[in-house]
Amino acid sequence: MKKLADIKGIKKWVALLLTYAVVQLLVSLNIINDYIMATLTTICINIILAVSLNLITGFTGQFSLGHAGFMSIGAYTCAIIIMRYPSPVSFITGLFLGAIFAALLGFIVGLPTLRLRGDYLAIATLGMAEIIRIVFLNLDITNGAAGLFIEVQYTNWLWLFIFTTGTVILITNFINSSHGRACISIREDEIAAEAMGINTTKYKVIAFIIGAFCAGIAGALYASYFYFIKPDLFGFLKSIDILVIVVLGGLGSISGSILAAFLLALISSLLQSFPEIRMVIYAVLLIVIMLFRPQGIMGSKELSLSAFKSLGGIFERRNGGER
Amino acid sequence: MPILTVNKLTKSFGGLTAVSNVSMELNHGELVGLIGPNGAGKTTVFNMLTGIYTPSSGNITLSIDGRDIRLNGKKPYKICKAGVARTFQNIRLFKDLTVLDNVRISMHKNIKYGLLHGMFHSRLHSDEEKRLLDKSIELLSILKLDHKKDELAKNLPYGEQRHLEIVRALATEPSLLLLDEPAAGMNPAETAKLTEVIGWIRKHFNLTILLIEHDMSVVMKICERIYVLDYGIVIAEGSPDEIKSNQRVIKAYLGEDMRNA
Ligand SMILES: Nc1ncnc2c1ncn2[C@@H]1O[C@H](COP(=O)(O)OP(=O)(O)O)[C@@H](O)[C@H]1O
Ligand SMILES: [Mg+2]
Repeated sequence: MKKLADIKGIKKWVALLLTYAVVQLLVSLNIINDYIMATLTTICINIILAVSLNLITGFTGQFSLGHAGFMSIGAYTCAIIIMRYPSPVSFITGLFLGAIFAALLGFIVGLPTLRLRGDYLAIATLGMAEIIRIVFLNLDITNGAAGLFIEVQYTNWLWLFIFTTGTVILITNFINSSHGRACISIREDEIAAEAMGINTTKYKVIAFIIGAFCAGIAGALYASYFYFIKPDLFGFLKSIDILVIVVLGGLGSISGSILAAFLLALISSLLQSFPEIRMVIYAVLLIVIMLFRPQGIMGSKELSLSAFKSLGGIFERRNGGER
Repeated sequence: MPILTVNKLTKSFGGLTAVSNVSMELNHGELVGLIGPNGAGKTTVFNMLTGIYTPSSGNITLSIDGRDIRLNGKKPYKICKAGVARTFQNIRLFKDLTVLDNVRISMHKNIKYGLLHGMFHSRLHSDEEKRLLDKSIELLSILKLDHKKDELAKNLPYGEQRHLEIVRALATEPSLLLLDEPAAGMNPAETAKLTEVIGWIRKHFNLTILLIEHDMSVVMKICERIYVLDYGIVIAEGSPDEIKSNQRVIKAYLGEDMRNA
């Protein structure tokens, strides 16, 4: 048993390293050009955002509409730091500082609001993100509505790869630990969870803090790749975008979030050639997918061999869906 | 020596007083019944004992190892950590999780690894998870559920879901176990089996048990003492024989099923 697990573990690391190396090679050969790289960056950032929101909403069952707010904290923190001290070291410092600030805010906001349920929590988190946006609109250091131009770019494939796989692996491990199960029990039945000795408030806040931390990282990666940030990039619509990825992939499925991040990027770029009706087609596609697969692409399952079979069910209309 | 002392416990919902001045005492190791017609307030008592409802007035004291802990006003998870576990009348399993996960979640309060160990799946994490797995299987085998550990709780037949509720409560390592109609919906054979199991777990785990049960055959057979609740008031207390012949109890049950008693 032990040996088998080891071999599986080694295989996983080899596969990861190969993925990194192959993409890096394609980048060096310029087969992956700037356009593809930008798409890849967006996908990685969206994976980090979606997987971390999935921890909050899909696994812990807390409906949050403020994820873009946490992202913006990371983006601005990192941007301000690398504009002053442009160096890779300050990029990583800024990235972690941004993540820590986002996590702190998650703690401060989470403690009182996570007592709220369902719709109320959604509105409270929405309010929080709006407040953050308005603060950034009015601060001097963030240059208000005009936003910040960042003349340096530190986010590259190496960092994207490290932080994306890092987020996915750590959150997956968390979900499969006792602490993760405590979070999931809250989603399943909060009263029963409490009665079985789970401090539900604590674990909601923990999920919120981890989620906010990762969103902060995503923001920092964004700021030091795309050269420009402004408060409106991190508004309500951005939070909805992230939620769409999570719901589309499946609440409670990490691989679903990853798959959906790729799928939406793909759809988006295919639709580039129809700029006028792009958003309409995008919306219609979402509606259709949700009609035929209300539990998301993966439901709450993870990608595995047996899951491939159930993938075939995407276009089979389900009777009533799952709850 | 009492393990649980309930003193003048009262709960009102708006104008309705569901539980009124209930006093009870449970001695260490006892198996006590709590009976009464539908709507008498039995489940409400459990909800106060486990912190799901805050009592309107009165006191609940748990005495374990010579220490008195006041339970009213405490959060449910703290009461669970103090050593009180329960099952739910309207089954509240973690439906979409496996049987094994349902049990393991109850063991979380005693987990020995921290958040980071869990995130990095350290050695301590795998050792602890192994311990949890072994212990879960051991507990599940008491009610012959071990071979179903990987099934989703919602896919178990009704009777087994009730069994899993008991295993899940046991997994919190309680001193006091509250069972809310564990035999509800079971056939006579299942009920007889369950009665046996309840007696066995009490001995094996050195438990004190408070049992709400509608099926008089169960209550009269295994309870040493019985409290009878009617309209939120304790109308009688005594041994099964005393209760059976108590006029007020017979009257309260008029129109209800006292025939199996
Ligand atoms: N949360 C609540 N809100 C309002 N009334 C309640 C609530 N819980 C219980 N009751 C009422 O309290 C009374 C006792 O209910 P319960 O304790 O469930 O009875 P039992 O378990 O003895 O059948 C019933 O009249 C019930 O309607
Ligand atoms: Mg009841």
